[in-house]
Amino acid sequence: MPTVELAPAPPSGSAIARAPRERTASWPLVDRIGYWLCWAVGIGLCLLALAIVLYMFVKGISYLRPSLFVESPASSVKQSQSGGFLDPIVGTLIVATIGIAIAMPAGVAIATWLSEYRRPSWLARAVESAIEMIAGVPSVVLAIFGLIIFAQPFLGFLSETDASGTVSGKSFFTAGAVMAVLALPLIVASTREGLTQLSDRLREASFALGRTPATTIRRVLLPAIRPDIASGTVLGLGRIIGDTAIINIVLGLTVTNEGVGHAPLISTLRGTGSTLTSYIYTNSPAGEGSAPQKAYAAAFVLLMVVLGLNGIVTLLTRSSGERDRGLLSRAFRLIPYMPDLSR
Amino acid sequence: MAVLVFIGAMLVTVLVKAWPSFSSNGLGWFGPGGDVESQLRAMAESKPLPGHSILYFRAWPLIWGTLLTTVSAVLVALVVSTLAAIFLTEFAPPAVRRVLDPVIRLLAGVPSVIYGLIGILVIAPYINNHLISNARKASVGYVVQLSGADVMTASLVLTVMILPIMVAISANALAAVPASWREGSLALGVNRWRTIWRVSLHAARPAIAAATVLATARALGEAVMLSMLSGGRGFAPNLLDGVTFFFEPVRPLAATILQNAEGLTIPALAHTIYAIGAVLLVSAAMLSLAGWAAKQQFKRYGIRA
Amino acid sequence: MDPMMPPPVRRIAVDRDPYVAPPRPIANGSAPAPPTTAVSARLHAARPAAAHVRERMSVESVWLAYGDNWVVRDVSLPVRQGEVLAMIGASGSGKTTLLRSLNRLTEITAGAARSGQITLDGQDIHELEVNDLRRRVTMVFQQPNPFPMSIFDNVAYALAERPARGGRRRRRSPEIEHAVSDALHRAGLYDEVAGDLERSALRLSGGQQQRLCIARALAAEPEVLLLDEPCSALDPISTATIEELIVQLRESVAIVIVTHNLQQAFRVADHVAFMHLGELVEYGTSEQVFDRPSAQRTRDYISGAFG
Repeated sequence: MPTVELAPAPPSGSAIARAPRERTASWPLVDRIGYWLCWAVGIGLCLLALAIVLYMFVKGISYLRPSLFVESPASSVKQSQSGGFLDPIVGTLIVATIGIAIAMPAGVAIATWLSEYRRPSWLARAVESAIEMIAGVPSVVLAIFGLIIFAQPFLGFLSETDASGTVSGKSFFTAGAVMAVLALPLIVASTREGLTQLSDRLREASFALGRTPATTIRRVLLPAIRPDIASGTVLGLGRIIGDTAIINIVLGLTVTNEGVGHAPLISTLRGTGSTLTSYIYTNSPAGEGSAPQKAYAAAFVLLMVVLGLNGIVTLLTRSSGERDRGLLSRAFRLIPYMPDLSR
Repeated sequence: MAVLVFIGAMLVTVLVKAWPSFSSNGLGWFGPGGDVESQLRAMAESKPLPGHSILYFRAWPLIWGTLLTTVSAVLVALVVSTLAAIFLTEFAPPAVRRVLDPVIRLLAGVPSVIYGLIGILVIAPYINNHLISNARKASVGYVVQLSGADVMTASLVLTVMILPIMVAISANALAAVPASWREGSLALGVNRWRTIWRVSLHAARPAIAAATVLATARALGEAVMLSMLSGGRGFAPNLLDGVTFFFEPVRPLAATILQNAEGLTIPALAHTIYAIGAVLLVSAAMLSLAGWAAKQQFKRYGIRA
Repeated sequence: MDPMMPPPVRRIAVDRDPYVAPPRPIANGSAPAPPTTAVSARLHAARPAAAHVRERMSVESVWLAYGDNWVVRDVSLPVRQGEVLAMIGASGSGKTTLLRSLNRLTEITAGAARSGQITLDGQDIHELEVNDLRRRVTMVFQQPNPFPMSIFDNVAYALAERPARGGRRRRRSPEIEHAVSDALHRAGLYDEVAGDLERSALRLSGGQQQRLCIARALAAEPEVLLLDEPCSALDPISTATIEELIVQLRESVAIVIVTHNLQQAFRVADHVAFMHLGELVEYGTSEQVFDRPSAQRTRDYISGAFG
């Protein structure tokens, strides 16, 4: 006779053992050293970042005054007491605007062409390699190249021409144009990524309704990838704002914004000036060096702006719902095209 | 399209403008000989050095400086970033991981001028005052002034600058290694460290190579921070100087362009600067090629890049 | 009967002696015909009898849970060298979880809990060092997962780890080469790959990759080999090769195989454990379970009523 019993109850309390963490005490010494090194590096990175941000915070706040934002830099001997950084801020805005105004349409157009048309294919491959190469070129080289181009006589209307007829080529126009090249690869990469992720069915559905590819792109695809375009643009913006080398070379080490000619807006654009980054450089011991306090204050503002931009990128990439594959993978998949955000 | 024209134009223009400098100096352009400072000053003042043409230029100290800073920064960053990536993907508790993600992104976003600022206002004086003794300064004082801005400081800060990118790419690659490999290795009785070392890292090699190439490209092109921190003198640190070697100033190529940019109106100086720019451009192109070649290499074992 | 109380479950006493089968009464009518074809019956009959059987592992009243969900409930089984133990059951029956717990692979999942005892040669496996245990009790997975290295490196992978062999040796030492070719022979793969052991392992076919995984597991000379549906991703010819392999290996290694394929269980197994919803419903020799199952659920599963 088979016995019939009740099913036993699940164990509880002390009878249950949870999965333990693997005890590294049993590993060979070499492995344990590796383990500890990894921990050391990880914690060290955290501390390093903390140190940088805290230091900039403390120093920056201590020297920051609201008046700094609205005064122009004054050419006085006692630099630490006078003048603010209105001009640099305006300069940064100008350069960023011009740069993005050129880069965004161009970048989206290139990315769309690469993704949707791709004919002839040798040209498409060449353009891809070209974009990747641009991303790798140091910004100083881009800057001197920009100067060569804009120093040509036929572009003299964009900058200052001195008495002997030599076009200086140094102007906000030039700076903006070179910055556009800087931001281009980022926008292209981001847009392409977004387009690749769109399912083909979107395109098929649109074609089935009789729309041309051009209309499809304009009215279906691009609106769908707005977050990607936006995040690419913001990344490009971050890179533009953080760049010092181009400003130094193209705009020289002037501190105030000097216009050329008399037309209201164009004169500023034709002239030279400074941005936050070059302002910091000039005020540090590497430049004229007499006002590290202002350098700290400006650096603080710059850091906050850049961090804010990074935050925006995070928000943008997070809000793309099911396409989001995690912070690291999403934002950093763009990294092959952005050798740095801050040259 | 316009992009290709642009690239082509850039290459051609820079090379054309640079040609006079190269043709005048021949291959000696890359070699040692004389003091870069005086050569540049001679060009700026249009007073050629005795016995040489106005275009006389020997770039070796600059090249040596670039090599020193770039190579040391990339090597150190490679080691540190690999360890950090392993930590991030394998050993970090979830809470720490959540903190470290934005931290790395933060570090990647800091503009280089801020690194330079902190370096020049904090690190350089510290080294100057605490690590370089007066005796040491005196010993080389007849040749060069030692200050806190030197090759070691520059390399250190450069390492910190290129770390975030490398960590991000490496961590991404490690996390993308198929879980079946990791599980299979653990099931064979191999502990976690060795599993990562022998399987995950092995599989992530193409990505790490790509990250290294990217980091090298950035280090090469870094002008601002290096010009603030590396000493500003076109001096070639001499290994025979022993420990003092670490404290000698250098001036990498990109920084040289930055610091002499006002001289672009002077023809001789302009040619030289374009020549330096051409060297940088060609290096960047070669690095791109190297990155592409590295990826091809690894496809042999079926590792997805 | 209070409807809230759990339904009564027939507890089957585990048969510890393989050669004495207690008489099992048939509840109603005769059992359905065993699920055999002529081929599998021939294979089953052609299986050489195991020479010597001894118990290596013992599972005693084991409960396993992920979070709050108990997936294995109060299971007790022996694992013997010299025989193949097949675990059959529908999806979700807990057989894979139980298999993974035998070499503590369940621990890599956070939130896993356990109760009960599993011993290897008398020692509780949770007292042993986990990597040591996993070298002695290795596992082959459902999807072949060769590492992205050469064939030689794959098989030699775990060899450097075994401290009993004298620590680290250089890769090409004669001991390692011998061990690798030995393992490849035992896995039946040697003839096919001997030409070029440096080839990437990922270029092999599915069946070859799975045999490579088996060779890799065998290279460290484990005492127990766990197989989690090793043939489910393979074609029939590769499956047949691997089944022959399993039957040959059971002399030297205790084998536990989880399988969905009842035919396969019939072909290779000496003992069969049928699990359903985490419980061990029936355990016995394969003749018993397939020909004369005593539980109605077993009969239903074997005749295909569910699963």
